[in-house]
Amino acid sequence: MLLISCPFCGERAETEFSYGGEAGISRPPDPDALDDAAWADYLFMRKNPRGQHLELWNHAQGCRRWFEVERDTVTYTIKASRALQTDSGDKG
Amino acid sequence: MPLALLKYGLRNDYPATSHFSESADLKDHYDVVIIGAGGHGAAIAYYLARYHGISNIALLDKGYLGGGNTARNTAVIRSNYLTEEGVRFYRESVQLFRGLSNELGYNIMMEDRGQLTLAHSDAAIRSFRWRAEVNRRLGVRSELIDRQSIRELVPNLRVTDDSRFPILAGLWHADGATARHDAVVWGYARGACQRGVELHQLTEVQSVEVTDGAVKSVLTNRGRVGCGCVVQAVAGMSSVVARLAGIRLPIHTFPLQAMVTQPYKPVLTPLVSSPHLHVYVQQTSRGEFVLGGGSDPYALYNTRSTLEQKESLASAILELFPFLSQAKVLRQWAGITDMTPDYSPIMGLSSVKNYYLDAGWGTWGFKATPICGKTMASLVATGRVPELIRPFELERFYRFEQVNEAGATAASH
Repeated sequence: MLLISCPFCGERAETEFSYGGEAGISRPPDPDALDDAAWADYLFMRKNPRGQHLELWNHAQGCRRWFEVERDTVTYTIKASRALQTDSGDKG
Repeated sequence: MPLALLKYGLRNDYPATSHFSESADLKDHYDVVIIGAGGHGAAIAYYLARYHGISNIALLDKGYLGGGNTARNTAVIRSNYLTEEGVRFYRESVQLFRGLSNELGYNIMMEDRGQLTLAHSDAAIRSFRWRAEVNRRLGVRSELIDRQSIRELVPNLRVTDDSRFPILAGLWHADGATARHDAVVWGYARGACQRGVELHQLTEVQSVEVTDGAVKSVLTNRGRVGCGCVVQAVAGMSSVVARLAGIRLPIHTFPLQAMVTQPYKPVLTPLVSSPHLHVYVQQTSRGEFVLGGGSDPYALYNTRSTLEQKESLASAILELFPFLSQAKVLRQWAGITDMTPDYSPIMGLSSVKNYYLDAGWGTWGFKATPICGKTMASLVATGRVPELIRPFELERFYRFEQVNEAGATAASH
């Protein structure tokens, strides 16, 4: 069981959260200007690192807000969690 | 016979020959370097050596033969997929599995059990009907069956109205089967080694050297190896290894946890799965119940078991087979699955010349072992992408032609 620190509510159990994948991916401001390769890159291609991963989490059963977590995908260790910066991705 | 066995046991020099080649020093150059000595890597080496006359092959693994997901999967063989591309591909695989013991001269302990997928909602029944029609059109035996037929096929299954998610119907797939997963990789590796392929265990590829857009050599912990081409077949590490060659993949990596109960007398013939409850189960020929479930809810490269997942697996199986409440868990483990956005594999050419991808095998890798080996070998030998795997090229994501099999998994992930 992970203890995840929500920047708004504090430390809570993993089961209150849902995972949102890699963080820091912004929707291109002008999709029409992209070719297919660049659009596919934005949609599908991911770093998927073995080690430190910057990712999105949603406090689904709490404040329901999205935030960023730095987590190690081998050791489970969470290094930091923080509120989203204004320009770091549109996750609805 | 018992006397011969006794004599054999008392001899000092055992006449049995080793299945695999002795690990000699690495040569300076191989025609083909295969990264990953699992079922897929060994199968590719076997088909190259036997049918394409290419045997100057190094089969490398950072661990030991078949020690990754080949050892960790739940040995399900089936072809009841949803898309025509998927059904054609897995249908060929099931056919190759049927003849594999003869092909290899090695008993893979194939058992035709049939596979039953359960519907707990009207939406599931609709998708089963769709799958059954697609399957039947392509010569795969699938049919929608009612509750009475389910009761007759699996008398121990709890088919009642008072359960939380009553079973409404099933997709019966008579071609479903199981086999000994270790035997598959051992058989392929033995056949490959007999034909001159070199198996090098404990040999980790640390970097891939690309010159002018083509792969020239790989650097391992035992030195540099020049090569004509490279095939990566490293389920669970696809993104990490592809990155060595500068290739980005659309993969998310999650563990999938499974466990095995104590052995019982034979009571369950078919393989049973419930996508709704996130569980699938089969009884092995040893009598143990093998239980597999959905993946962990967040990305990980760790095979540790967690209480949450094991608890959900146990509660799901008790919905189906209440008598297992008395069962003791003998072993538990996790495999690392490389999930693609469309739940189909990534096979074929990459952006690097002579670097071939066999990746994105999520939770469907074991059942594809023979056909993947055969088609990838043909690709490596001829440079032409076989029609059967053309739909699964990495390029499909750039053309927006995904092969959506999300509806055909045994347990939703």
